[in-house]
Amino acid sequence: MAGESGKIDPMYQFKIEPLAQLDLAGYDVSFTNSSLFMVLVLGALWVFMAGGMKREMVPGRWQMAVEGVTGFINNMLTANVGPEGKKYVPLVFSLFMFILMANFMGMMPFGIVPGVHPFTITSHLTVTAVLALFSFGTVLVVGFWRHGLHFFSLFVPQGTPLALMWLIPVIELFSFMIRPFSLALRLFVAMTAGHILMKVLAGFVINGLNAEAAWVPMIVSFPAFVLMIGITLLELLVCAIQAYVFALLTSLYINDAVNLH
Amino acid sequence: MPQIAQILETYASQFFWLMIVFGLVYFTIGHGMLPKVEATMDARNRKIADDLAAAELARAEADDLGDSGEAGLAAARAAAQAKASDAKAKGAKDADARLAKADAEVGVKLAAAEAALSAATAKAMASIETVAADAAADIVAKVSGAKVTPAQAAKAVKAVMSNG
Repeated sequence: MAGESGKIDPMYQFKIEPLAQLDLAGYDVSFTNSSLFMVLVLGALWVFMAGGMKREMVPGRWQMAVEGVTGFINNMLTANVGPEGKKYVPLVFSLFMFILMANFMGMMPFGIVPGVHPFTITSHLTVTAVLALFSFGTVLVVGFWRHGLHFFSLFVPQGTPLALMWLIPVIELFSFMIRPFSLALRLFVAMTAGHILMKVLAGFVINGLNAEAAWVPMIVSFPAFVLMIGITLLELLVCAIQAYVFALLTSLYINDAVNLH
Repeated sequence: MPQIAQILETYASQFFWLMIVFGLVYFTIGHGMLPKVEATMDARNRKIADDLAAAELARAEADDLGDSGEAGLAAARAAAQAKASDAKAKGAKDADARLAKADAEVGVKLAAAEAALSAATAKAMASIETVAADAAADIVAKVSGAKVTPAQAAKAVKAVMSNG
């Protein structure tokens, strides 16, 4: 977190550092701190799911939590896509839980161990872009698989006046093509901005405490610390909301692909 | 911003590891564990629905049983009441009949007694007349010395007695 000479760089937390060099067919696929946190997210997710696999008729707390999340995703797809939406529950559930766990993993206070800092993999455009492509690619594959070339009628909303036929499909196509970008950028920007804000406020607290003038901690550090608590809580909310938005939009897009309009 | 500054050096590693990790999430968790959790939930929901249906059936049956039980109770009560009133009526009739018979017997006895009484009275009256006629004849003979026949005396006595 701390750069040289006591300066605090809010961007340092996003830096990818290789932990083990690895080359594959000329590409650098080193195991990095980002890869490490992906694996941690996978492990946490696996532990969470495994804890809810007791399959009891009367569920315990943990099983109740797991069933609450799966039921939530199931309801979302059933409500947005219909009975056919059940097929896409594994994909949307994987996206939702992976993003949620990654967001929360980035909020974990690993920083109390010297030399360690949490890494938010969803604050990287390369990661969110791939996740958005999974969502968008599913929509394309399902759409063309089910409807063939008829899928293009998605760009002509029902009741479009003939006089506007030259304009509406272009706008619809544009809004369709922009979906993966908006999915990827929304998540990336929300996580990045939140973490920068938290780091800047933390910098205020630490630099205020280190200041020589006695009045500075009271005037700067304390209010910044109180604000920091609020922002952290808000950021936890944003973690959940961003995962929810990603899953909800994916299910809406899948609805377009399955049912056209 | 390292996300953009480092993008060319790191994209291959990011893609590679994300593919592996998300592939594992999708196949082992999304397709491996999730269906089991959902199967458990479905089984539970089905069990709850079945149990509710069974309970509803049992309730309807119990309602039916309660209704028929009430009807039986009412019928039994009506039968008992009818029997009781029958018995009461019969008892009353018996009592009336016995009373009437006793009345009749008493009446017969009374009539016999009255008849005997009046016969005795008549007999007594007759003997009184005889005695009175004898006495009257004796009195007439003593007083006037005239001889009165018993028939005359009896006639006179009868006239006097019938006058009062």
